[in-house]
Amino acid sequence: MSLDRRQFLKTVSVLTGSAVLGPYTSALASGEFHGWPDRYGMLTDFTECVGCRSCEKACNEVNHLPQPEVPFDDKSVFDTQRRPTAHAYTVVNRYENTGDPGKPIYRKVQCNHCNEPACASACPIHAYTKTPEGPVLYNENLCFGCRYCMIACPFYVPAYDYASAFEPRIVKCVMCYDRIREGKIPGCAEACPTQSVTFGKRSDLLKLAAEKIAKDPERYIDHIYGEREAGGTGWLYISGVPFEQLGFSTDLPEKPMVEEVKGFLSSVPVVFTVWPALFGSIYAASRHHEAYTREEMQHQSKEGGKEK
Amino acid sequence: MNHNTTITKRDDFQAWFLNKLLMGMTWPEYMRQMITPFNVAAAIILSVGLPLMGLRYIHGLEVVTDASNEYPWGLFLGWGLFAGVPLSATGFVMATAYYIFGFKRYKPLVRLAVLAGFLGYFFAVIYLMTDLGRPWRIYYPMFVGFGTASVLFLVAWHVATYLTVQFLEFSPAILEWLEAGRTRKWAVMITIAMTIAGIILSTLHQSALGALFLLAPAKMHPLWYTSYLPTLFLASSIYAALGMVIVVSTLSAVFLKKRADDHFLGNLNELTIGLGKGTSIGILVYLALKLVSLAHGDAWGLLGTPYGHWYLVEILGFVLLPALILAVGVKKASVGLVRFGGFHAVIGVILNRINVSMVAFNWKLPDHIHDIIPHWQETAVVLSIFTLHILVFRWILVRMPVIYQDQGFK
Repeated sequence: MSLDRRQFLKTVSVLTGSAVLGPYTSALASGEFHGWPDRYGMLTDFTECVGCRSCEKACNEVNHLPQPEVPFDDKSVFDTQRRPTAHAYTVVNRYENTGDPGKPIYRKVQCNHCNEPACASACPIHAYTKTPEGPVLYNENLCFGCRYCMIACPFYVPAYDYASAFEPRIVKCVMCYDRIREGKIPGCAEACPTQSVTFGKRSDLLKLAAEKIAKDPERYIDHIYGEREAGGTGWLYISGVPFEQLGFSTDLPEKPMVEEVKGFLSSVPVVFTVWPALFGSIYAASRHHEAYTREEMQHQSKEGGKEK
Repeated sequence: MNHNTTITKRDDFQAWFLNKLLMGMTWPEYMRQMITPFNVAAAIILSVGLPLMGLRYIHGLEVVTDASNEYPWGLFLGWGLFAGVPLSATGFVMATAYYIFGFKRYKPLVRLAVLAGFLGYFFAVIYLMTDLGRPWRIYYPMFVGFGTASVLFLVAWHVATYLTVQFLEFSPAILEWLEAGRTRKWAVMITIAMTIAGIILSTLHQSALGALFLLAPAKMHPLWYTSYLPTLFLASSIYAALGMVIVVSTLSAVFLKKRADDHFLGNLNELTIGLGKGTSIGILVYLALKLVSLAHGDAWGLLGTPYGHWYLVEILGFVLLPALILAVGVKKASVGLVRFGGFHAVIGVILNRINVSMVAFNWKLPDHIHDIIPHWQETAVVLSIFTLHILVFRWILVRMPVIYQDQGFK
């Protein structure tokens, strides 16, 4: 499905003032969308990660985020499970390695930049954009802070700035969109001293991941997380242990989340057209019944009068 | 001379309007009768909650809400929006029954139901605005950005439109109070159109509130997550509305007896039985749908788990039981029992919405049950908004012709 048709339908639905009917046309327009061709993605290889937190540090610097309370070379942060916050796009967590207890596994967490993002389908103001390049971007100038995107995200990624009185906003990884546009690669991928974080076209990364698994089946389990989960994500993962041991949701639908609400949205125009006809008719019927009963009674009382 | 007349006219108007506001009392008289135990309690609650709501504009949302990155929504929406909106279906259900289906005997309750609906939506918006990060952008979905694939976009449009519709539906009462007969005629003329608009908007957004959670299948407990959520939310809102009319009319008859007329009080017992019958049938329809959805999801095995037990408490103790109480009450023509059943049914709907939006959501996270217990600030703000809701409701009931008929406009 091309950009033009999606945009066209959306514009038409707004211009014709059918904003209330809008969900239907838009749901239809996105019906067969399988993601932008040539979009970029990332591949994280958990068998390579050594937990150095270079990616966290680089992310903090290139995105001009506030200095963390605990410095990036402090390994004590691994004692608890962390998540991306209003001050950090990405965090690395440590998991026990059931296969090799002496060698813990580190998992980098950040936005997965879904092919068809739940956050974007949730937003009532269209503050999210899935860019053709791959990154999912959020525009705080449109956001009124309902936080439905956080409810919808199956990966618990968007964070909110609850401490800000006047400018609270969603904070999440942008896959270094500006750097990609400049021809550079995302900060975390550049900083990674091992082969743990790789940037590239999503289609190429899928091939790379499959090759890695095929070449070394002892090292990897046979699953590329993100290939299909939640309709496919821009960020892909390969691992030596099952993904549920690293805190991944393994029961996500393979369809994009928006598929779950399309049935409901398609009922909207039906209600808008059928209800007035149906309830209008019921009203007319009850008025008719009233009038008819009144006439009957008048008629009877007249006839009754005649008989006398 | 002309100048003088204008002044007198304006003075007359001011005196007339003040008389309306103070219900014929002088200021000292009015203030004296305001000091009641209820009002003192209300003042104490508000003196805690309102400053907190102000502090939010200094220290951010975290002052008033327990919400976090994992739990973006809490009691403000669980109680204020998800429970508040179905309980406010009163206006739509009673107006449809009276104006469209021709249940003419329910006339004494129609205005009360419309007012309960209007205020319910109004305060649902207040709860929402308390929860929004930037509430001053509340109009953005209407004018700035169109998230047309979003269920929340539909909810925003419909709640805003329906709030207006309900204001228009209630406007004849305000205009009668203000003795504006000519404008009232116009307001009455649009009743049928507004009622049908109300049916469209209500069926869609009541179900849309359930559809909101369809977007988070992996975060919801499978016993509450079902593709039937929109239908279940709509079906329960209809009996919630009937139960709520029982609740509101009972409270009005008990606490504002002096303000009600014979038309209201004299018919109430008989109408309550009728409402009880409707509520009971509505619950059974909902229960059937709920069982179909349970079978459809094939989640029977989960009934043996702790969440399953809680699910059974909900559907047996707070859906089936009130239906039975109501059925017995109707059969025995016992107004007391029907009223009890009405309250019970309403509590059941609140429990269901809290279960869907708070208990079932994020059930897999560690410490989940601990994390959904709201802290005191959030509770204080909710209590304050609820208190304001009751105060505004009472303010209108004691003044405008809602539970009494204005003799001039009968």
